[in-house]
Amino acid sequence: MVMGSLSQEAEVVVIGAGPGGYVAALRLADLGKEVVLVEAREKLGGVCLIEGCIPSKVLINVVELGNAAKESKEMGLKIQHNGYDLPQLRKWTNSVVDGLTSGVGSLLKSRGVEVFHGKAQFADNRTILVDGGRVALKFKKCIIATGSRVTELPFGKDMGVWSSVEALLLPSVPKSLLIVGGGYIGLELGLVYAGLGSKVTMVEFTGRLLIGADRDLSAVIVKHCEKRFERIMVDSKVESIDKTSKGYEVTISHKGESEVIKTDQVLVSIGRRPNTDDLGLENTDVIVEKDGLIKVDKHGRTNNSRIYAIGDIVPGPALAHKASREAKVAAENIANHDAEFDNRAVPAVVFTDPEIAWTGLTERDAKEDGIKYKLGKFPLRALGRARTMGRTDGFVKILADPDTNLVLGVGMVGPHVSEMIAEATLAMEMGATLEDLMVTIHPHPTISESIMEAAEVAAGTAVHIIPPKPRK
Amino acid sequence: MFEFILPDLGEGIHEGEVLEWHVKVGDTIIEDEPLIDIETDKAAVSIPSPKGGIVMATNGEVGEIVYVGNIIVVIDDSGNGSNAVAPVAAAAETVSTPPVAATLAPAAEGFKARSIDHKVPAAPATRKLAREMGIDINTVNGSGPAGRVTQDDVKLHASGAVPASAAPVVTAPVVAPAPVPEVRTPTPTTLSGGASTGIPFLDVDPLPDYSLEGPVEIEKLRSIRRKVAHKMVTSKSIIPHVVHMDEADVTDLDALRKNEKSSREGQPGGRLTLLPFVIKAIISGLKNYPMFNSSLDPFREEIIYKKYYNMGIAVDSERGLIVPVIKNADHLSILGISSQVEDLAEAARTGNIDVSSLSGGTFTITNVGAIGGTGFAAAINYPEAGILGLGRAQDKAVVRNGEIVIRKMLPIGLSYDHRIADGAQAARFMTGIVKLLSNPNTLLLEG
Repeated sequence: MVMGSLSQEAEVVVIGAGPGGYVAALRLADLGKEVVLVEAREKLGGVCLIEGCIPSKVLINVVELGNAAKESKEMGLKIQHNGYDLPQLRKWTNSVVDGLTSGVGSLLKSRGVEVFHGKAQFADNRTILVDGGRVALKFKKCIIATGSRVTELPFGKDMGVWSSVEALLLPSVPKSLLIVGGGYIGLELGLVYAGLGSKVTMVEFTGRLLIGADRDLSAVIVKHCEKRFERIMVDSKVESIDKTSKGYEVTISHKGESEVIKTDQVLVSIGRRPNTDDLGLENTDVIVEKDGLIKVDKHGRTNNSRIYAIGDIVPGPALAHKASREAKVAAENIANHDAEFDNRAVPAVVFTDPEIAWTGLTERDAKEDGIKYKLGKFPLRALGRARTMGRTDGFVKILADPDTNLVLGVGMVGPHVSEMIAEATLAMEMGATLEDLMVTIHPHPTISESIMEAAEVAAGTAVHIIPPKPRK
Repeated sequence: MFEFILPDLGEGIHEGEVLEWHVKVGDTIIEDEPLIDIETDKAAVSIPSPKGGIVMATNGEVGEIVYVGNIIVVIDDSGNGSNAVAPVAAAAETVSTPPVAATLAPAAEGFKARSIDHKVPAAPATRKLAREMGIDINTVNGSGPAGRVTQDDVKLHASGAVPASAAPVVTAPVVAPAPVPEVRTPTPTTLSGGASTGIPFLDVDPLPDYSLEGPVEIEKLRSIRRKVAHKMVTSKSIIPHVVHMDEADVTDLDALRKNEKSSREGQPGGRLTLLPFVIKAIISGLKNYPMFNSSLDPFREEIIYKKYYNMGIAVDSERGLIVPVIKNADHLSILGISSQVEDLAEAARTGNIDVSSLSGGTFTITNVGAIGGTGFAAAINYPEAGILGLGRAQDKAVVRNGEIVIRKMLPIGLSYDHRIADGAQAARFMTGIVKLLSNPNTLLLEG
C-alpha cells in the first residue's frame, strides 16, 4: 500500500462505468451490496454513451431524415433540404449524450453507489489503487468492466487521422473521406458522412464488406453503399498514409498492384481491442490471454474467484447488450444468487440504411459446422407495409431444424429490423418452433409480419408468395 | 479429438447404468473393441469403440446412469501418442465428478464448442428453475414441441418420476398435478423426502432409521428393480384394477399334453407345458373381447384397440423380472408358441435377450403357478388392459354329475382395467377361456 493514501474497505468494486459496469453497480446495490464504482472518464456511460452507440445513432437518425426528405419527391412531398447546421447538430448530439450520462449518475446516486473518478489499477489480489494511490480500495469482490478502445494502424499516428471517436465529434465535413475498414462502424459512419456530403471511399482488407454477416444480408447494404459512396475497394490493404499540405495520400495495394489515393481526411475503423493492458493485472492471479481477453466461467468469474470480468474484455462479441447481461449475471452471483450466462443468442445489429440484424445460427456457421437446416426467406417487396414506406429492399430469413422445426437462427435486412430482431431473439431463448412464429398474430400492416411470413416459407405454407412451379 | 456420444439404443431407451468400463483414461483402444457395458431398462448391451486412439476422458462411474446424447468418452484419434500424454490427467480429473451430463462441459472447453453444444430447447425461466433445483436441464426429457423442456418437465424430473420417452409425461397429470418436492423435514433425498403427492391424505413420509434397531444392508435401487418400481407405481396408481378368479378343469388337456410331449422329446417346442395352450385360449378370448387387447389414452380420451396379438410372458430372470413378447402369437400353432417360449426363456435366462423382444406387448401372462400358489392378483403391465395369472394346476376333489371325482384344476385370475372393461365382459372372457381349457377339442377347433 502506498503511504499517505486514503484506504477504504469496499464490499464490491466495479471498474468502469459503461453499459457493463454501471449496470453491475446498480444491480449489486439493489441486491444489498455496498458498491464503489471507479471510472477513468469524467462522464459516466462509457464508450457506448459518450463516443459509440448513442452519438452515432443520433447522427444516423438525422442523416436518414435528410435522405428521406431528399428522396420523397416521388411520394408527393415538397420539401427544401438545405443541408446541415453542424454547430446545431453537435449541440443536439451533446444534449442527448449529456442527458443520458447524467441519468446514469442519478441512478447510481439514488442507490448510494459511491463513484470515484480516476484510473484504477490492481496492487494485488485484494487491492485497487485509484490514480496511483490517491485512494486504495480493499475489496471483497471486484468486477472488471473496462471495455475496449479503437485499434490504431501502425502508421498515421499524430497526423490527424480520425478514429470513430473523432468522427463522432463531427469536427468538419471533409470533401473527400477515405475510410479504412468496412466493418459495421466503418459502414455506419461512412453512410453518415456520405449523407452529410463527403465523397466516401471505403477500403476493406477482406473480400467483402461486413464480413461477419451472411453474404445475402450484407449484399443488400453493399448495393446501397455503391450508390452512396464514391468507391468501394475490397481485398485491399493500406500500405502507408502520408500527410500533405492539402490532406493525405494513402497508398493501397490491391492484388499486387499499388495505388495512391488523395483524400481530405482518413478515418480508421479496423476494430477494437480490450482494455486489460494497463490495469495492473500482472499483480493479481488473473490470467490475461494473448489477445488481451480474460477468460471467465459461466458466472463471469475469472480464475481468481474474487474477481469477475464482463463486457468487451471477455470472449464473445464486443456489444453493449451482451455486457449488460453479463453484468447482471456477475452481480447476482456476487450476491449469492444462482445466475448463469446461459443465453442462446446475442443479437447483432448494424444501423446502416437499411438496417441489418441477425441472431442465433448464421448460414455461414451452419455450413462451416455441418449443421443441417431448412431456410425460409421472405422478401420485403411482397410486404404491404414495406411498399407503403417505399422501402422494399431487404428480407427476413429463418433457419430451422429440418426435423423438429426448432428455430436455429434469424437474419434480417430492411427498415426497423434493429427492433424486430428482439422478437427473433426471444424465439431463440424460448426454444420456439416455426409454428410458434406462424400462429402468433403479427399486426398488419407492419414490417414485423415478415417474420411470420418467413416462418411460413420455411414450413412450406406461405400464402403471400407465388409457389415455385413444379419442374416437369 | 473424437467425442463419442452415447448412441440411441432403440426402443425408447434413453439411459443406462454403467456396468463395466473396458478401458480407462490413458489406455489405447482399438476400433470396434468393447468400450463399455451398459445395462438399460431392458437389457445389458456392450458398446464397441467407434474409433481407435487414446482414451482422454470417460464419463460415468460404474453404477452411475449415463444418458443417450451425452458424451461418454473422448478419444484422441490423431494417432499422435506423445501429444496425448500431457492433457490426460487434467481431462480425467475434471470428468470424474457427477452429475453425469454436466461433467464434460469444463473439460471440453478446449475442444470444438459446437459439437458438444447439445442444449435442449427451454425458456430462460425454465433454465433458471432447473439451475435452482440443481438439475442439469440437458438431462430432462422435454414434453413440448421439438423436445422443449417445460417447468413441469423439470419438476417431474426432480420428483424422480421420469416417464419413458415414448409416453410423454404419463404420470404427471394423473398421479400428481404438480409434484414439486415440498420438503418438510430435512432429508437427503428428493424421491421420498416427505414429498407431497397432491393426493388428499397421501403423504410420502421419510422412512425411519432402521439401523437404530439393528443391522441393515442398503442396496441402491437400480436398473430393472428401479424400472419395475416405476412401472408398478404407474400401473397401480392409474389403472383401477379389478380381479376376476376362476378355475379350469385341465384334466383332459393335460393328458393330451403329456401324450404329445412324450413323442416330441428334443424337438423344437417339444418341452410342452400348459402355457402355450393357455396362450392360445387367451388369444381366442381377446378376439371375442377386444377391450382386453386395448389401451386407454387418458390425454386424448381414446381407447386404442390393437388388431394384433403380442403376448408378453413375465419371466423371472437372473437380472430380475422381464417380459419377453411373442409377436403375432395368433399366427402361431401351439407348438410354434411353445418353441418361442423355450427360446425366449433361454435367452432371458442367459441374459442374451434382444431389446426388440422386450417391447410391443398387447397382453401379458404371468405363471407363478409353476412355483406354487392357488391364486393371486397380478398387476397390469401398463399401459395394457389386462394380465392373466396362472396358479398351480393340482388334483382336486370336484363334483361331476353328482359324484366326487379327482380332476386337475388350474386356478386362473384376470386383472383388468375397469376404465375399459366391466365385470360382465370379464366374466364372459374368462368363462370362454375356462371352456377352451376344459375341452381340448374345442380349443383345437376354435383356438
